[in-house]
Amino acid sequence: MQPQDLQAIRALIARAKRWDAFFGVLGILALMVGVLTFLALFVDMAIQGMGRIDADFFTHFPSRRAGEAGILSAWVGTVLVMVVTAAAAVPLGIAAGVYLEEYAPKNWMTDIIEINITNLAGVPSIVYGLLALGLFVYEFGFGQSILSAGLTLALLILPVVIVATREAIRAIPQMIREGSYACGATTWQTVSDHILPYSSAGILTGVIIGMARAIGETAPIITIGALTFIAFLPPLPYTGEPPAGMFDWLFAPFTVMPIQMFNWTSRPEAAFQVNAAAAGFVLVLMTLAMNGTAIWLRYRLRKNIKW
Amino acid sequence: MNTIVEPHLKTKAECKNFNFHYGAFHALKNVNLPIYEKQVTSLIGPSGCGKSTLLRSFNRMHDLYPGNRYEGEIIMHPDDTNLLSKDVDPIEVRMRISMVFQKPNPFPKSVYENVAYSLRVRGVKAKSELDDRVQQALKGAALWDEVSHRLNDLGANLSGGQQQRLCIARALASEPEIILFDEPTSALDPIATASIEELVTELKERVTILIVTHNMQQAARISDFTAYMYLGEMIEFGVTDQVFIKPQKKQTEDYITGRFG
Repeated sequence: MQPQDLQAIRALIARAKRWDAFFGVLGILALMVGVLTFLALFVDMAIQGMGRIDADFFTHFPSRRAGEAGILSAWVGTVLVMVVTAAAAVPLGIAAGVYLEEYAPKNWMTDIIEINITNLAGVPSIVYGLLALGLFVYEFGFGQSILSAGLTLALLILPVVIVATREAIRAIPQMIREGSYACGATTWQTVSDHILPYSSAGILTGVIIGMARAIGETAPIITIGALTFIAFLPPLPYTGEPPAGMFDWLFAPFTVMPIQMFNWTSRPEAAFQVNAAAAGFVLVLMTLAMNGTAIWLRYRLRKNIKW
Repeated sequence: MNTIVEPHLKTKAECKNFNFHYGAFHALKNVNLPIYEKQVTSLIGPSGCGKSTLLRSFNRMHDLYPGNRYEGEIIMHPDDTNLLSKDVDPIEVRMRISMVFQKPNPFPKSVYENVAYSLRVRGVKAKSELDDRVQQALKGAALWDEVSHRLNDLGANLSGGQQQRLCIARALASEPEIILFDEPTSALDPIATASIEELVTELKERVTILIVTHNMQQAARISDFTAYMYLGEMIEFGVTDQVFIKPQKKQTEDYITGRFG
């Protein structure tokens, strides 16, 4: 090669590398827009609300006096609604995902179901709220209750759970499946002994990410008629007068964190804005805690899975 | 076809006018093949000749995927069951005929559980029996000495050759009538390959073996009978020495001498 050529090649590389650098900077900027926006919101909320966060804030009901108001009914409501959501969405979603991957014949019917599930994940949550208002609240007579809210959010995240389940199952190499069948296992034995244990990390991650979405949902819960001001807790099992049954709390009126926030932000007094920021801070922490749990679980469960 | 067979050999299974279709593709054409009891039969031929397809028909692996069709018979002796019959449950077939795959595919479970699994699906629950038979199988697969102190380790933490022997132990534990090997050494280094080959030769004392291999020297080294396939057809079957030294068909000779394939 001539030295002249070398010069030309170096110039060419330098020119091409300018684009490399350009995109590197562009990428960092794009990333920063997302990360910094979230950080700014979070820090602003934290600074504004931090002064209000103490033990009383968690143990007090909402009040007309901003200084005494707390999020007791809201966080209890959120936790209970999430319990119902998980109890409904997890078994249904996993069963549907397993069926589609391991049992269903591959034909136009399952193709249509597949497209539908993907589309369901994109349906606006308010639409689920309207459906739930008609179905759970009135048709089934569950009323404006924790049960109705939990089931509504379960419907909302069901597609997420199904898709996560299917993806986790698809990540299992076919040779593992064949190994199980070759041992003489039935489909159910293959699913329960291999498919589910090996995909549990992915499924759990999907479930928690779905739950983290559900925890912040406001529109469908307002639609089914959650109260915005509530100063009592759902009845504990076998307490009160007359004594409540095991599951009476399911039918209790309730509120959840985002609705409590929404209520406070719509008040004119500045002190309530502080409450809203504090509640928002707690809600974001709850979401982060859930996502953190997902990451930790994934790490724990995957440690023993190697192909 | 070479049919000079020692008279004391019993037929364990045989393909009779066996045809196989992947959808519209006619993958195996009128295959006839005897499998002799406690002998090693190897299937050789160029890629795409249908040898793996034939092997995987013996334990009905094709039933796992839609659009596959069997025609003809694979008869299992001494009960003369047609393994391909619609009335015969593929799970029953797989309980009798186990398989070792091309790539070692231990389950992401412990060494012990990997072997115990094929016993568990057969309803073995008693710990003492499981312990016994797992040990027997691991000894049978020449792996016991290497893993006896690490039975609770993940199967995937073993070396490639050990993993394949673990899979052989898993296939052996259920005391099958036939073991199918689908190119069991193609993912292994030469030393591991040698140990698997040695193992296969030992195993034929106990079980009938059908093995697919890409490697003609391997077929020559370990098998008693060899079948050469080409484009879905059974070109030649016979005693290994004869097939390699004095093939009856020109096609077989070309393949074996490396002029083709």
